Amino acid sequence: MPTSFKVNGQPRTLEVDPETPLLWAIRDELKLTGTKFGCGVALCGACTVHLDGEAVRSCQIQVRDVASRNVETIEGIKGNVAAAVQAAWIRLDVAQCGYCQSGQVMSAVGLLSQIPKPTDDDINKAMDGNVCRCATYQRIRAAIHEAAKTISG
Amino acid sequence: MKTSDLTGIFAMPEAAPALRPEASRRLFLKISGGAGAGLILGLAAPLPGSVRSAKAAGGAGELLAPNPFVQISPDNTVTVIIKHLDKGQGAATGLATLVAEELDASHAQITTEFAPADADKYKNLSFGVQGVGGSSGLSNSYDQYRQAGAVAKAMIVAAAARDWKLPAGEITVKAGVVSHPSGKTATLGDLAVKAAAETVPEKVPLKDPKDFVFIGKSFPRVDSKAKSTGAAKFTIDYQFDGMLVATIARPPMFGATVASFDASAAEKIKGVVKVLQVSQGIAVLAANTWAALQGQRAVNVKWDDSKAERRGTTEIIASYRQLLDKPGLTARKEGDVDAAFASAAKVIEADFEFPYLAHAPMEPMDCVVRYDGSTAEIWTGSQMQTLDHGAACATLGLKPEAVKLHTVWAGGSFGRRAIADCHYVREACEIAKAYGKPVPIKVIWTREDDIKGGWYRPIYVHRIKAGLDKDGNVSAWLHRIVGQSIMAGTPFESQTVKDGVDSTSVEGASNLPYSIPNLQVELHTQKAGVPVLWWRSVGSTHTAHATEHMIDILAKESGRDPVEFRMAMLSKHPRHAGALKLAAEKAGWGTKLPDGRLRGVALHESFKSFVANVAEVSFRDDGSVKVDRVVCAIDCGIAVNPDVVKAQMEGGLGYGLGAALKGAITMKDGIVEQNNFDGYDVLRMSEMPNVEVHIVPSAEPPTGVGEPGTPVVLPAVANALLSGTNIRTSILPINRQKYKGNA
Repeated sequence: MPTSFKVNGQPRTLEVDPETPLLWAIRDELKLTGTKFGCGVALCGACTVHLDGEAVRSCQIQVRDVASRNVETIEGIKGNVAAAVQAAWIRLDVAQCGYCQSGQVMSAVGLLSQIPKPTDDDINKAMDGNVCRCATYQRIRAAIHEAAKTISG
Repeated sequence: MKTSDLTGIFAMPEAAPALRPEASRRLFLKISGGAGAGLILGLAAPLPGSVRSAKAAGGAGELLAPNPFVQISPDNTVTVIIKHLDKGQGAATGLATLVAEELDASHAQITTEFAPADADKYKNLSFGVQGVGGSSGLSNSYDQYRQAGAVAKAMIVAAAARDWKLPAGEITVKAGVVSHPSGKTATLGDLAVKAAAETVPEKVPLKDPKDFVFIGKSFPRVDSKAKSTGAAKFTIDYQFDGMLVATIARPPMFGATVASFDASAAEKIKGVVKVLQVSQGIAVLAANTWAALQGQRAVNVKWDDSKAERRGTTEIIASYRQLLDKPGLTARKEGDVDAAFASAAKVIEADFEFPYLAHAPMEPMDCVVRYDGSTAEIWTGSQMQTLDHGAACATLGLKPEAVKLHTVWAGGSFGRRAIADCHYVREACEIAKAYGKPVPIKVIWTREDDIKGGWYRPIYVHRIKAGLDKDGNVSAWLHRIVGQSIMAGTPFESQTVKDGVDSTSVEGASNLPYSIPNLQVELHTQKAGVPVLWWRSVGSTHTAHATEHMIDILAKESGRDPVEFRMAMLSKHPRHAGALKLAAEKAGWGTKLPDGRLRGVALHESFKSFVANVAEVSFRDDGSVKVDRVVCAIDCGIAVNPDVVKAQMEGGLGYGLGAALKGAITMKDGIVEQNNFDGYDVLRMSEMPNVEVHIVPSAEPPTGVGEPGTPVVLPAVANALLSGTNIRTSILPINRQKYKGNA
């Protein structure tokens, strides 16, 4: 049974098993490989995307759950929050291996969209589910603070 | 034994001399399964797709490619060919920095490309084969890549001189712009084709370090944008028309093999194309990843575990501990420890126990292969290209020139992708060969495959017995280590195991820097059926803690300050002392701390770099340990890219801290008890301390930074805890013990 939803603003219809995790539909069918597989059970955050504007783990959401909804991936994020986050990521050279960073960026954009001026504690709460094995956490934290400053002008 | 005997591969505390050609060929033969002389000859022959350098040969270039490392195009792009895998440590940025420096290119015009597998052109000058490890990426390339940039610049300048009919000596290059005082200017790209017609100079003088514009200063990472926008392509991201995704149902116990299997349930899953047996287990090939993952679970395999390791980790550790009472093989011996113990005023003994650790890189192992019966292409984050390429040739029965290996960005490694038996490449080739159709196949590991799949940092147990004289000085030190050899059974054994002592089991202990008149280091090597591997900083992962925690135990016994106690024993090691002094100063050693906070110090050399950490630690309400601040000082010789050095210290110690606080792989009756990041939890944002990194100024040649930051934080934290609680951190991980309330 086909499922229709919007991905990065574009209407898409997928003819896949409706129980397919959104992660694999995005990667295998839509060829959007910026969203990563890390654990498959929502323990690492590498697969974070936005569903109707909220950061979610795409490995735990089935395709049928997103019917008629809006999915945004790292390839499609737009707006001043996303721009500020990515600029800060680049300016501070946050990434090392970089594999988790799509998920980190998506979680950070989600956080700043809800809390424009997060405290360290807010950052801990919002980002603890995003594992970085290179342990770039210090720069992620600094980049979130820097992005917050940019957004508030 | 001398650490310089380690001509081996990953764990060299010193940059070892390159393998002799003879030795490296033997090594290649051995790892490629002895497939014959064709392979050896092929090794030296240019491989297909050896970048674009061929175009420039003979001066008929569309670009300037004077050597295998740098290419300048008319569009003004400078491409640096990166011979090492970049798995986050910054190899691409570091090697690009070296070329840009000597070429006087601008940062903006630099791009990078990974080199093909070609040991002749791209070998690691410390190893003799193409690959990276032992934090050798920058140190072995430092002169080579600078020379590559300098040669290109000399040709550009010669071309400008010829074109402008002006003396070469009056032409300068700055930030990618070639100019003459007369007002003539050109870009590197403008002159690239003309420069390709110039003679390639053998060797040109390198810059005086005082003229450096990038080295030791700033050269932002070349991969930050691609890695912040989802554009960077890792192995798992490679997709081709008609590609199949494969998973493997792997044995539940180490050493178990397939007795029989029933594929019927798996074959019923929509998208599953084929189920077949390979030596690693039962492979499921599917049209998409989800079907391959479902198929992996649906395959019903009966395993033969008659030859499997059936012990649990409790039994393994208990058997190791028994050996702590018995003398082992000698790794270092000075003076007479027995006599010194007999005359010591005080004798103190401590045991330490270290668990198995999984590397758990964010990207689980994966490999893409396209095999059509006579040629093959492979895409993977290959850390040891010569070995992986050889293994692919041997598995597929193809000559080297028929197999093209593409190295791609790797989502971490920490040692995991440098694997002597090349199993993740071999299994992909086995599947492709068994399937027999010329479609690309991507093999992926699940996180469970990764956590349960072995290749762990080995379990080690240590005992250190030390004597203090009447003045509180260390008069004797007997250090006994029991554990599994990483090198035994690998092609590197002959270079790294001498007289039964695997140097990677004792590194960091056998080169203890402190002046102790009577000192002995012993090793018992034990066998276990669990595959083990180097884990970021290798032997130092355990020796740094045992030695540095013991030093604080002794300082406390003699009522001495831990920094002063170390300094008094470091008169022959000024670089150790320099790192320690810098860390202590910057941390405010000796100043008052807020209530509830404890402070500890540790110092360790690995991969020829010297790292000191001062950690500040407190307790959470639940009694668990929280690390608030770490001040890190490193002496790594010339810091080519100071910000990358800082990033490696921040991340390296974060990696070490996660394992120190929480990391352990345990087994019961041969079955690994952890599955994923729940059972094997890793450091998370809220646990990352505030890290401050300080680099000791140095004019010495550059040394490692990828690994040396990892092992020092554990003893620094343990020493902070010891200072406030009297509890020794003897069993890892730390949060298995309860410290609070024991002050």
